[in-house]
Amino acid sequence: MAEVPRVLRSEWTKIKSVRSTMWTLGTAVLVTIALGMLICTLVRVDFGSKSINQQITFDPTNVSFTGMTLGQLAMIVFGVLVVANEYSSGMIRTSLAAVPQRATFLFCKLLVATALVLVVGLVTSFAAFFAGQAVLGEHRAYLSDPGVLRAVIGGGLYMTLIALFSMAVASMLRSAMLSLGVLMPFFFLISSILGNVSATRKLGRYLPDQAGQKIMQVIAPVNDPVPYGPWGGLAIMMGWTAVALAGGFLVLKKRDA
Amino acid sequence: MIEAVGLTKRYGAKTAVHNLSFQVRPGTVTGFLGPNGSGKSTTMRMILGLDAPTSGRATIGGRPFRQLPNAPRQVGALLDAKAVHGGRSARQHLLCLAQLSGIPARRVDEVLGVVGLQDVAKRRSKGFSLGMGQRLGIAAALLGDPQVLLFDEPVNGLDPEGILWVRNLMKQLAAEGRTVFVSSHLMSEMALTAEHLIVIGRGQLLADMSVKDFISANSADFARVRTPDGEPEQREKLTSTLGEAGGQVVAEKDGALRVTGLPLPRISDLAHEADVRLWELSPHQASLEEAYMQLTQGAVDYRSTIDQRAGLQEAPAGYGMPGGAPQGYAGQGYPPGMPGQGQPNPYAPQDPYAQQAPPAAAPGQGYPPPAQGQPYGAPHPYGQQPQAPAQTAPAPQPAPIEDAR
Repeated sequence: MAEVPRVLRSEWTKIKSVRSTMWTLGTAVLVTIALGMLICTLVRVDFGSKSINQQITFDPTNVSFTGMTLGQLAMIVFGVLVVANEYSSGMIRTSLAAVPQRATFLFCKLLVATALVLVVGLVTSFAAFFAGQAVLGEHRAYLSDPGVLRAVIGGGLYMTLIALFSMAVASMLRSAMLSLGVLMPFFFLISSILGNVSATRKLGRYLPDQAGQKIMQVIAPVNDPVPYGPWGGLAIMMGWTAVALAGGFLVLKKRDA
Repeated sequence: MIEAVGLTKRYGAKTAVHNLSFQVRPGTVTGFLGPNGSGKSTTMRMILGLDAPTSGRATIGGRPFRQLPNAPRQVGALLDAKAVHGGRSARQHLLCLAQLSGIPARRVDEVLGVVGLQDVAKRRSKGFSLGMGQRLGIAAALLGDPQVLLFDEPVNGLDPEGILWVRNLMKQLAAEGRTVFVSSHLMSEMALTAEHLIVIGRGQLLADMSVKDFISANSADFARVRTPDGEPEQREKLTSTLGEAGGQVVAEKDGALRVTGLPLPRISDLAHEADVRLWELSPHQASLEEAYMQLTQGAVDYRSTIDQRAGLQEAPAGYGMPGGAPQGYAGQGYPPGMPGQGQPNPYAPQDPYAQQAPPAAAPGQGYPPPAQGQPYGAPHPYGQQPQAPAQTAPAPQPAPIEDAR
């Protein structure tokens, strides 16, 4: 286990010495905050024309996180690149020749990347919340309101898990192109289609992103029969991530590098 | 010491490495030779624990690579010069590798100096040439000051100065008592670098011996004997005399004789007794390249075929060999100005010395000077001999060794 701190340091050097880290994480932060503010502005302008019912169940916290639907895509790219870059460059062979303990290598790599994403995710989440609430003005929520702090922290956790899930998928597929080709349409299209068609809605609820997004809700929509709570939803997302991680680990362990 | 025992790797139906056993000892440079696709890289990856062998094992210092404690301090490897993230600078690349094995950062600057990349250390490796990539890869292998070093094709893409540097580096590392295992498909390079050779073809061991033994085992030394050019009867006389004395005599294309089985002084004596004058009597040793080709000719995966240029032969007049291809190389023997009038194909095995050629027409003076009357603007030979290009194009021989002997 003597190699753990070394691998952690090395992975930190790796992450900060490529530009894609800056670009993908920066995009995730900017898009999430900016798009959230834009939607909040539109909602505020439009608020008067909503039905009473809609006004009662209005969730200002959740609305300020709307930008995450797009911002998470940049997180996915980050997660995929962190892992797949090793394969596309061939660096993986150099790395594994230096750290033959593959489990140590993989989990240290993921730990470093995940820790970075957690920090960025929390900062993004808080920034998106405060920016969105500032725009919403009189309809705003406060951090001290019940459930709001949980939702804001949850937003950071959600982004982190999305990135970690992407890293795990990339470790299984070992190719950036393939991983992005699977993850992008999945999170951007398939998940929302399944979730919006009534026949498949029950299934769609258990997809990682839909389950995970539950934690960002403070006020549940009317007629929302979701069978799990905010933390339950996050747990479902963690379950997906854990399965993907196990798959990624097995692939790295079994396959030739 | 690196040891492989019954190492086998199969990918589905294809066997990349078959039952390979060898030892790589410290203190010498061991060359690992084989044609493209013969399994050299696969073997190296198995030694480094990157690929799992289908059967057999590879060990370093008696232990499988994956069980070595702090492997990078014991084993350094250059597998692929391009295995670098292009967006990372040379220094950052080495730094993250150094940190992996707990090597201090100042060692990074040391090895950058050793490979001569200190000036481009901060540049992103995306813009590196193959040669610079090789230097970076060698730097990575040297980082941990390891006792065992593996280099996969380290001279690919290097300039002559770089090749010399690598050669000396390998020798120096071996002289320091390290185990140095270098793969290459360039026999001539290995002849200069390695003391010991492991040759594989199609994944199987073909030879495991010292360079010296390799040459003498795979090629016989021979004597080259030449009799006066204008006197073929002398040559025949000598041939029969040497044959009677127990030598094997083979006529070479340029008219000289290749004699094996007789020492040089004996050949001289025999010629003297037979009253044959000699223009040349020289000792020869088949080059390492020849010996290697001889050994691996059955194990080459990728062979080139003759480029027939079907449908591409209607070259514009004047395109092609100046002066007319069918004459070019053997023009001296023929009266000038008879292109395409049924003279024998000059590329076909024949002996220019047998003709009454002036001594000045030594081999290598193939192109006759225009003054000799060979018309540069002669009628285009392709027009008269449509099949000529296919017949006369110097065909790349898959196994030049057959020519050479």
